[in-house]
Amino acid sequence: MAATPLLELNGINKGFGPVQVLHDVGLSVYPGEVTALVGDNGAGKSTLVKCISGIYQIDSGTVTFEGNPVSIHGPSDASSLGIEVVYQDLALCDNLDVVQNMFLGREKKRGIVLDEPTMEQMAGDALASLSVRTLKSLRQLVASLSGGQRQTVAIAKAVLWNSKVVILDEPTAALGVAQTAQVLELVRRLADNGLGVVLISHNMNDVFAVSDRIAALYLGRMAAQVKTTDVTHSQVVELITAGRSGNIGLPPEKPADFNGDAVDITPGGDK
Amino acid sequence: MSTTTTTTAGGVKVIKPTVNSYIRDYWGRVRGGDLGTLPAILGLIVLSLIFGISTDTFFSGLNFANLFNQSAQVIFIAMGLVFVLLLGEIDLSAGFASGVCGAVVAILLTNHGWEWYTAIPAALVTGLVIGFVLGFLVAKIGIPSFVVTLAAFLGFQGLLLVLLGGGTNISTRDEFFNSLNNDNLSPVWSWILTIVAIVGYAGVQLNNVRSRAKRGLVTDPMGIVAMRIGGLAALLIIGTAILSQERAINPAINSLKGVPIVVPIMGIFLVIWTFVLGRTAYGRHVYAVGGNTEAARRAGIKVDRIRISVFVIGSFMAAIGGIMAVSRASSVDPNTGGSNILLYSVGAAVIGGTSLFGGKGKVINAVIGGAVIAVIDNGMGLLGFSSGTKYIVTGLILLVAASVDALARRRAAATGNR
Repeated sequence: MAATPLLELNGINKGFGPVQVLHDVGLSVYPGEVTALVGDNGAGKSTLVKCISGIYQIDSGTVTFEGNPVSIHGPSDASSLGIEVVYQDLALCDNLDVVQNMFLGREKKRGIVLDEPTMEQMAGDALASLSVRTLKSLRQLVASLSGGQRQTVAIAKAVLWNSKVVILDEPTAALGVAQTAQVLELVRRLADNGLGVVLISHNMNDVFAVSDRIAALYLGRMAAQVKTTDVTHSQVVELITAGRSGNIGLPPEKPADFNGDAVDITPGGDK
Repeated sequence: MSTTTTTTAGGVKVIKPTVNSYIRDYWGRVRGGDLGTLPAILGLIVLSLIFGISTDTFFSGLNFANLFNQSAQVIFIAMGLVFVLLLGEIDLSAGFASGVCGAVVAILLTNHGWEWYTAIPAALVTGLVIGFVLGFLVAKIGIPSFVVTLAAFLGFQGLLLVLLGGGTNISTRDEFFNSLNNDNLSPVWSWILTIVAIVGYAGVQLNNVRSRAKRGLVTDPMGIVAMRIGGLAALLIIGTAILSQERAINPAINSLKGVPIVVPIMGIFLVIWTFVLGRTAYGRHVYAVGGNTEAARRAGIKVDRIRISVFVIGSFMAAIGGIMAVSRASSVDPNTGGSNILLYSVGAAVIGGTSLFGGKGKVINAVIGGAVIAVIDNGMGLLGFSSGTKYIVTGLILLVAASVDALARRRAAATGNR
């Protein structure tokens, strides 16, 4: 595994008015790896993603991309760095077709005229590289696609732009079993192609199936970032629900909270 | 129905359409709720036949030419409204904005002695400024467009009265200006422009097919392309032929023949805005914001700018509508752009197939919908109906169009077309 992270966040703070959503969050994304970002509802996963993608501005903290400090002020900054986000609600325009959606905001032009043939060709290549062969036409309106097909179109967008980091927000949440398997396979293929993939998921089976690392958010704090092979299913669940599991995770706020310490004198106590 | 499977660039399998399968697909889309301009075109044909059969004069050249002059203001305003409606917004002030811009041009021409080539741009700039203010209030301050433009509707009505000194009538005497929506091109120029339009359309269509075929992409079947070109050519040639006939009641006094000057002006704006919506990134972004604002924002589109720009285009086109109205009447009065002009314009866009819910519509909708309204107004006038009856019928037709839109959406939601 590569030693230097592709994308590194340090001490990210973000609040909305009086509500502090993210506290000193750090996250490292490595090329060729799937980093699963897990956490309970309201833990700050989506906020963190929106900070990375430039939809929200961070209040403080540093973002390092390929070793260089960068500042992201808007979605276009993020996409010009090569950070692509596939949102839970997919963010596709139903009234546009597949090609139009894949190039939305970054249309290929000749002069002021849209270069439709080039766009259609590139979109076809991108979909083919993901082994998508189920679309009737690239000019089909997105409205007429199934959930899995939409997810594929959204992910293919990332491939199209030769992105370096792809963030997927619950890509399998709304899918059936077969489609979930397809999308997970797609996620793995993205990482195998050398991209840094961040997978947000609630589904532990998905997380353990494809991820190399797991980062757990707990109430706006990064509880732990661990290698998937080093932890068990239940440890991750504890990280999500309690912020710590044994000796990994957040330090206790009060000593009494830390069972490990409180039962320190007991032989065989769980450290 | 032979369909051959072909492989596009990249290996995504798609079916190469034939004339048959193309028509079947189109019919499938219509049944699935993607109606486009079809209801309006059918309505136009039916209404024309009814009026043509029940009156002697409806199909006369004189009346045909009149239709264009009468509907010019509504069609121009409606073209601008299409952009506003595409974002799911509304501009209730477009009618009186056109009146204000019309008053500006008339005052500058008559009271200040400006030439048409300075007065018209001044009116257009007035339209741009009005649109920018409306758009700014909607996009940046966040007031619903209904409220902003309702306030502007009242405000501009008052402004028009103030500009005209409390209700006087200012007439325009500039010959060129008055000719814009009254006079005709010579038959020679009419034919030249008709041929240019047909050749231009054919060129664009064929070039499209050629450039796609060169890349190995799926093209529309040649039969369909030929039908499109042939259809447009037939329409334009028949129209020009009718309009090139002498249609004056007494040709010795005042000969009337040729295409009304306002027709090519409409054509030019139709082409420009269709190009902008269909072939530029800006137009794509307008559709995107109308279809899914959040998706557009996440794609990096500056949503506020798009929102302001559609109001600017809307009021700019309203200014042109106002200029045409003043030119037609050779005067401006406090009711220019008032009464039913705005509602006819919104009606034209909606009847033509532009959705009130945003994201769906084309500039041609404004022209076809405007034609429907003009035909009702004109035909019922010829039949001797009172304006009361005309309003009721126009209202019913608008209701039908809006129902078609709403039902089509439901149908589309059920069949997954939207």
